[in-house]
Amino acid sequence: MSASSAFNEEKGGSSSVGEPEYGHDPASGGIFSSDYKRHDDLKEMLDSNKDSLKLEAMKRIVAMIARGKNASDLFPAVVKNVACKNIEVKKLVYVYLVRYAEEQQDLALLSISTFQRGLKDPNQLIRASALRVLSSIRVTIIVPIMMLAIKEAASDMSPYVRKTAAHAIPKLYSLDPEQKDQLIEVIEKLLADKTTLVAGSVVMAFEEVCPERIDLIHKNYRKLCNLLIDVEEWGQVVIINMLTRYARTQFLNPNMNESLLEEGSDKTFYGSDEDEDEEEEEKEKKAEAPMAKRKPYVMDPDHRLLLRNTKPLLQSRNAAVVMAVAQLYFHLAPKVEVGVIAKALVRLLRSHSEVQYVVLQNVATMSIKRRGMFEPYLKSFYIRSTDPTQIKVLKLEVLTNLANETNISTILREFQTYIKSMDKDFVAATIQAIGRCATNIGEVRDTCLNGLVQLLSNRDELVVAESVVVIKKLLQMQPEKHSDIIKHMAKLTDNIQVPMARASILWLIGEYCEHVPKIAPDVLRKMAKSFTNEEDIVKLQIINLAAKLYLTNSKQTKLLTQYVLNLAKYDQNYDIRDRARFIRQLIVPTEKSGALSKYAKKLFLALKPAPVLESPFKDRDHFQLGSLSHLLNAKAGGYQELPDWPEAAPDPSVRNVEVFALLERVTTLTSVPEWTKCSSREKRKEKRVEKPFYSDSEGESGPTESADSESDSASGSEMGSGLEESGSGSESEGSEEGSESEEEEEEDEKDKKKIKKDLKKPVKESESEQSSEEEERKHQRKSDQQKSDSESESDEESDSESSQSESDDSDSEADVKKKKKAAESKPPPKPVKKDTKKEKKEMSLLDLDDFEPAASPQVTPVNSFLSNSLVTDLEGLSLSDAVLSPANISPCSALKSYELLHRIRGEGLSVEYCFSRQPFSPDGNMVAVQMQFTNNATSEAKNLHMEDVKLQSGMRVKEFPEIELLPAGETATAVMGIDFCDSTQAANFQLCTHTRKFFVSIQPPVGELMRPVFLTENEFKKEQGQLMGMNEITEKLTLDAKCRNEHTIVQRVTTAANLSRVPCGSDKECRFAGRTVTSGSLVLATVATKEGGAAQLTVNCEKMVIGTMLVKDVLLALTQ
Amino acid sequence: MIHSLFLINHSGDIFLEKHWKSVISRSVCDYFFEAKEKAAEPENVAPVLQTPHHYLITIYRGKLFFLSVVQTEAPPLFVIEFLHRVADIFQDYFGECSESVIKDNVVTVYELLEEMLDNGFPLATESNVLKEMIRPPTILRSVVNTLTGTWSNVGDTLPTGQLSNIPWRRAGVKYTNNEAYFDVIEEIDAIVDKSGTTVCAEIQGVIEACVRLTGMPDLTLSFMNPRLLDDVSFHPCVRFKRWESERALSFIPPDGNFTLMNYHVSSQNLVALPVYVKQSISFFDSGPCGRLDITVGPKQTMGKTVEALMVTIHMPKAVLSANLTATQGSYTYDLATKVLVWDIGKLNPQKLPNLKGSLSLQAGAPKPEDNPSLNIDLKIQQMAISGLKVSRLEMFGEKYKPFKGVKYLTKAGKFQVRT
Repeated sequence: MSASSAFNEEKGGSSSVGEPEYGHDPASGGIFSSDYKRHDDLKEMLDSNKDSLKLEAMKRIVAMIARGKNASDLFPAVVKNVACKNIEVKKLVYVYLVRYAEEQQDLALLSISTFQRGLKDPNQLIRASALRVLSSIRVTIIVPIMMLAIKEAASDMSPYVRKTAAHAIPKLYSLDPEQKDQLIEVIEKLLADKTTLVAGSVVMAFEEVCPERIDLIHKNYRKLCNLLIDVEEWGQVVIINMLTRYARTQFLNPNMNESLLEEGSDKTFYGSDEDEDEEEEEKEKKAEAPMAKRKPYVMDPDHRLLLRNTKPLLQSRNAAVVMAVAQLYFHLAPKVEVGVIAKALVRLLRSHSEVQYVVLQNVATMSIKRRGMFEPYLKSFYIRSTDPTQIKVLKLEVLTNLANETNISTILREFQTYIKSMDKDFVAATIQAIGRCATNIGEVRDTCLNGLVQLLSNRDELVVAESVVVIKKLLQMQPEKHSDIIKHMAKLTDNIQVPMARASILWLIGEYCEHVPKIAPDVLRKMAKSFTNEEDIVKLQIINLAAKLYLTNSKQTKLLTQYVLNLAKYDQNYDIRDRARFIRQLIVPTEKSGALSKYAKKLFLALKPAPVLESPFKDRDHFQLGSLSHLLNAKAGGYQELPDWPEAAPDPSVRNVEVFALLERVTTLTSVPEWTKCSSREKRKEKRVEKPFYSDSEGESGPTESADSESDSASGSEMGSGLEESGSGSESEGSEEGSESEEEEEEDEKDKKKIKKDLKKPVKESESEQSSEEEERKHQRKSDQQKSDSESESDEESDSESSQSESDDSDSEADVKKKKKAAESKPPPKPVKKDTKKEKKEMSLLDLDDFEPAASPQVTPVNSFLSNSLVTDLEGLSLSDAVLSPANISPCSALKSYELLHRIRGEGLSVEYCFSRQPFSPDGNMVAVQMQFTNNATSEAKNLHMEDVKLQSGMRVKEFPEIELLPAGETATAVMGIDFCDSTQAANFQLCTHTRKFFVSIQPPVGELMRPVFLTENEFKKEQGQLMGMNEITEKLTLDAKCRNEHTIVQRVTTAANLSRVPCGSDKECRFAGRTVTSGSLVLATVATKEGGAAQLTVNCEKMVIGTMLVKDVLLALTQ
Repeated sequence: MIHSLFLINHSGDIFLEKHWKSVISRSVCDYFFEAKEKAAEPENVAPVLQTPHHYLITIYRGKLFFLSVVQTEAPPLFVIEFLHRVADIFQDYFGECSESVIKDNVVTVYELLEEMLDNGFPLATESNVLKEMIRPPTILRSVVNTLTGTWSNVGDTLPTGQLSNIPWRRAGVKYTNNEAYFDVIEEIDAIVDKSGTTVCAEIQGVIEACVRLTGMPDLTLSFMNPRLLDDVSFHPCVRFKRWESERALSFIPPDGNFTLMNYHVSSQNLVALPVYVKQSISFFDSGPCGRLDITVGPKQTMGKTVEALMVTIHMPKAVLSANLTATQGSYTYDLATKVLVWDIGKLNPQKLPNLKGSLSLQAGAPKPEDNPSLNIDLKIQQMAISGLKVSRLEMFGEKYKPFKGVKYLTKAGKFQVRT
């Protein structure tokens, strides 16, 4: 490398100047600063026995390295100290080694054994640092050693060491690309790691070593999505960028329908025949092809998962994370959802100017495609005189992109102030921008043109020149109208000296000479005079002008043209000589000239198309936004193309994780729709294996077990569905621990096979065998647990994460089976039983928590705290929601009305609203809100309407029609619709009269977020059977003395929540059912009464938050 | 990702270099110097430069250039954000981020850089974690060190933060005085046009925290009126879910100083500007002179005094000198940079400060056609202009009673008056 030569120079330089390398260090500076015995003192110090002297020497050496001075001749002396006991000396020696090992390969080998010893150290940090240094010294000989070390570290107990292993992978890869295959194996293994610590690093390794192996991601996709929020910020960036690419290959374009409409072309569905894995599916598709086209697009739940889990990261303090999420949304989200990123991006504009620079580049690209997104933030792009020029120019770009008919006047007014700026480059850019606005928006073209013409009298030449260039472009669009402007510009030729501007004027006059027949020859005359002193581009245009005039007005200009051509003939520039020769042949007919001269007129005076003034950022979005390549508008080395959307989605089942995955619990609880036949079958097998063990530990009885394991033959067990639910829930929890060690997994595989065979045998036999096996495993697991360290803790966190992220429900294979079973089964378990089950479930959760700290003694304090806080976190979630729900719902009348605007605040106008519980006809997903306006003032109120609606994302409002007149003392009603997105977030807006505006907000009680549905008793039971476990909330209560009869209970419940009653055989139970308005999730409520006013309320709802809040509300209604 | 880092001072000397992969010759910086030559101001150097084999990504902070070399595709913001983080860490360790301080602590700096990146990928960027591995220099320790001759600025215990799930906090924190302070600082960004109407105005806020609490406290900070907050960004310690559901900040704080959140106040609420400016700056064609007359007055200050009021004007190049009189405060005119600074201090509503006088122009130069804009600086203590109020701070997880304090401050951000 050129580095060594640079250092030799340095050496020479530094020794001639007698400056001590360690200049910062006054204590030693005086004693040791000798020029000629370079480094001898250092060597001496390094050889001494005193650690303090060694340290001192190392510090000086490191200071030399930092300044870029050569210290390589000290290598032997330094490397001896690699085994030094003093940790600080050691660290500095490592720094030195990493820097110089490459240059002194042989000597560096001396240190290797120390690192190898370090790799075996019981302390994880020493293991990690040994691996870090070992992998950082770029010595080819040790590649096999490194490979071995990485492999070993990848299965280390400590996640920190595994993280280091992930970091080491790209190092080894750059040293020896031959190792790629082996490294991919390691990457694959580390990708399966469940700790947040490792995730970011391994994805980075993946991106550097094998970004093309997208198939490795399938199995880890959901895990990565769920872990994402807990990964450190740098890892988040890498993961999000990678997932963007992944999603582009795996999901369908959410804006597909629109683009189909736009193009209107017949895109065949036959193009994707190559996908051989899914031939069957493919065939189906072919059969359905015409159908499929009309089929509405349904987003893959995994696609949705990604979008949902990245969204909170828009709130990150790290600009890179925000940008990564923004580009993900831009490239992957449906059009309507992209808007959420605008606010976050605008926020970044407050940051350092470098951040602004990058963000603005990206905003400029985005604003071309999605102008509406940034329009509300127009003012954030206004330019301050203190902004650096590059920022100004970019802001201008964005403003121009955002300009449309409605805001153009404000933008032009802004531009007007910019033109006066002292920064001339910026002024020039502004003029360009005005030109672009004028071409894009027809209405303002004349205004802009006039404005630009005024600029022609500006004193600054640069401004004038730029204006001329832009005016030329504008005039080309409609020259006939503007001959006076052309005349004006012709006069300018005397003053303007900027060549580009002169050339533009000449071209314009030549092009439109018939509009200015008198002036044009005169201009040519002047130009002919000054021809020899002009710049080349001006000369070319003079020739051009001459030729055009000759063709249109040869009488007046023949001689002039001859003169100009003669001058050009002897010009120094060969381009000009060529041009002159060429034109002479063309326009002056001689005997020799061929047929071409006949067409001279056509050649020169052809109609030229008006130029399109385009943004330089147009179509830049084919680069992944936020990338270096996008910024440079050129492909940077190592850039991974963002693939186009597939025409048909690849098989989504590849992402299903079959064995012991985090997500299993989520899927069993909420049943992810795309669960395919095969995997669900596998899962079932799984359950059969696992169940005996867990049922043992939970003390469940044998017979139920055997019945359940025979579920395919459907023996119609007592509590079939319920059991399965709780069983699988706890099973997956346990399985996470289980997957810690690989051996175990293998064993499980064996188990599975065994069980398959066993199934054919009588049930009892197989069961006993299993349980004994399970016993063994239990022991093993315990010991394993004790060994394993802090890893489990992060597992747990991600686990809670995933359980919170519920996925949208739809029918699935597994689902259907359950339903069948439920239908066959006898009446659902009694509340008491449910209760115990629920307790068990909680127990198991707590068990985990208690278990954890003991398993990882090293970080005990942190750990136990964390797990506790997690539990409180989870509790906090449900508690907190109660705060939001208005507690004052009392069942007085069927429709409770709330005050929106008090008459005192409203200056006489008072507004009340109630939830009318009528379906809102314009949009079924909206809750109808009936508002009653009363004018208590003495004067009339006019133009009552709403404005400035401010909503949480996803929420929508259908405004009520404007009330034109409300006379004093009168009352009027209006209905509006609000889509609350199944949340109790308030909708804020302004209520306006002709004189005033009032800020108001409507917050729905949770009971109004649903609409009643009619279910039969059987249906109710079936649905309830599916909404158990986490989705079920039970609360005991004592009924108010007044409401112990059925009638009042029904009345109070239906007042509190918009539910309908479900018929029920027993008079001890009241059942209610409804669906949430937006997502249509089922909400089931049961009130079971007992003697003495004791009762139990059960709410089943897939949306846990809604469920908890509803319990609170109903409880309140029943006890008051 | 990040290959090498060069620190370059204002005059273009490379005074520190660090390579995370193989060494790249410092001659690569020549491309940067070329760009720097072309740009008039250091701020105008493009942050990303392309050279035949490398990409140079640069930030400018504290009169220093942090120049990083990248060889392959890497998100530019990633690199920029990281470089700023490096500068933040230096600031945190040494109190300031300047050439002399870095040169004085070159070994510590080098060790920090070594820890912050591994093979060009960020490893430990939390100041709490780094401080456990590499101790910041303190006066006391340097005295002890010189007396005893033992030098150690490397921790011998191994950091726990790196391994835990709350990497921003170190374990085993102990204080005798447990205290938590929060500064709510709001900045007004505004553009006011010639006639005094507001072109745009918005409020950006930040909550800076200084938390010195023993153990592992879990804090909840809630606001009286969280609805004011329109857009927020958080330190990673804040639990986002709690914010979404309750609009309260729940977090386990890092130890020491940190930025808890940044927020933007929703633009629906009209921003009340605390001061108004009456100005007239004019240049005359006849004779090389101009006139300047500026008066600043209070507008909406809610009874608080406006302090540290300052007006900065970047004059056109043609303005040679200024001959002015100020009724309050003092003014300076820097001939080299053409910047006029009028330092007013406290704003007295009874007697409005005024700056008046004439400007002399370069002889022969044409009169400047544009008027310079005024940049206003001000401070108002004990008030957050948006009206945001902290309602309470609760602590869980620890038994002692901490001392809690909240301070409010309003400042002018990018407050510009066009003339």
